[in-house]
Amino acid sequence: MVPADQIATPRVPPIVLHSLLVRITHWLNALAIFIMIGSGWRIYNSEPLFGFEFPVWMTFGGWPEVSQHWHNEEGLAGALQWHFAAMWLLFVNLVVYLVYGLISGHFRRDFLPLRPREVMRDLRAALGGRLVHNIGERNAVQRALYIGVMTIIVLTVLSGLSIWKPVQFQELTAVFGGYDTARYIHFFCMAAIVLFLVVHLTLTALVPKVLPPMITGRSGR
Amino acid sequence: MSPLRKTDRRGFLKGGLSLGALSLVTGCDLTDNEPAQRLLWNMSFWNDRVQAWLFNPNRLAPTYPESAVDRVFRYNAFYPEEQAPQLDAATYRLELSGAIGDRRAWTVDQLYQLPQTSQITRHVCVEGWSRIGKWSGCPLRIFLERVEADLTKKYVGFICADGYYTSIDMPSALHPQTIMAFTFADQVLPRKFGYPMKIRLPTKLGFKNPKFVVALSVTNDYPGGFWEDYGYNWFSGS
Repeated sequence: MVPADQIATPRVPPIVLHSLLVRITHWLNALAIFIMIGSGWRIYNSEPLFGFEFPVWMTFGGWPEVSQHWHNEEGLAGALQWHFAAMWLLFVNLVVYLVYGLISGHFRRDFLPLRPREVMRDLRAALGGRLVHNIGERNAVQRALYIGVMTIIVLTVLSGLSIWKPVQFQELTAVFGGYDTARYIHFFCMAAIVLFLVVHLTLTALVPKVLPPMITGRSGR
Repeated sequence: MSPLRKTDRRGFLKGGLSLGALSLVTGCDLTDNEPAQRLLWNMSFWNDRVQAWLFNPNRLAPTYPESAVDRVFRYNAFYPEEQAPQLDAATYRLELSGAIGDRRAWTVDQLYQLPQTSQITRHVCVEGWSRIGKWSGCPLRIFLERVEADLTKKYVGFICADGYYTSIDMPSALHPQTIMAFTFADQVLPRKFGYPMKIRLPTKLGFKNPKFVVALSVTNDYPGGFWEDYGYNWFSGS
């Protein structure tokens, strides 16, 4: 027998929007990306690809003045140490997440199908302010963004590997067009991730109710 | 086989930590406090081991045609070009020490009579830039065998006339493309690029290619390096 009061007002069990593994890997990835970009900008500054440098306060790897004083170098060593330490966090975390996403059905369930027509439709709706955000559901634009940024992160890791090991992994370096070209690709991958982050953080600021589930896992309805 | 163990570098680690502690006095952020420093150094040692494992002694660095050589090669050191040491062939000697059977010093003439090979390879700098150059000289393996060096030791260390120093693992020292370079772009090695002898190995970053080499040692005691002691990764393989 079901108690009468529960028939009258059925209790909605809290819905788990993000599994524990997704939440942990999300925040570890956030930390790794933060360190990789900050230290990467410092490394970029030591030999800029374009006619600009990143402001030092935005970069990562210790105080350049301290390095200059003690080491006669502008903080490149510290940035390299951070970059080549955080790459392991990024890499291991990424592998765990990708394997989980594939075998748990998370990718199939949450990011597929991806149809260009739907992406365009939802993009137009979003830009016109007509897209309704239903918590727990990803519209086609979101699915495209998440699949896109995951692909870019994988490309960033591979292009980074081809810069790090242009002899041992020379076939990979050749795929990226050789050492010098791979540096540009690595840079543009970073730029794409930064663009994603701008959109990602802006949307989170506009729809703040999506943030607690990424911490607790549960929707607040 | 891993060419280095943590115990070899413990004193070195302490040096790094004390530098970190000094930084605390002048200003502090995430990099300059001790636990972070220790973690970063340990990750760098881990990366040394991973790279030693990745290193394939038979894997050759890509080589390029003459047409790919960069005509204007880049000068790089921790001091301006005009301060580069000017060594005199009459007084130059390459001193040998450590686990070497025949430790007699070598003159420029003796060095330049060694069998030579040439390579057109890419020099990759830790800063990110790269240049393709042509070097010729004696494979370091041939030299080490000739002076009866103990090839089972872990490190080959180099000391330079400008106060620079660095060291490489023995497997990299024995790699067929690791040479004592005597010429650059078919000319006797210019002063700015390390006359009379530099170590050229395309399997490592540029700062692992010491110029003006005046002393060579074969040892199991970690010799460190000028930039390495400041935090550049020691193995720095390409």
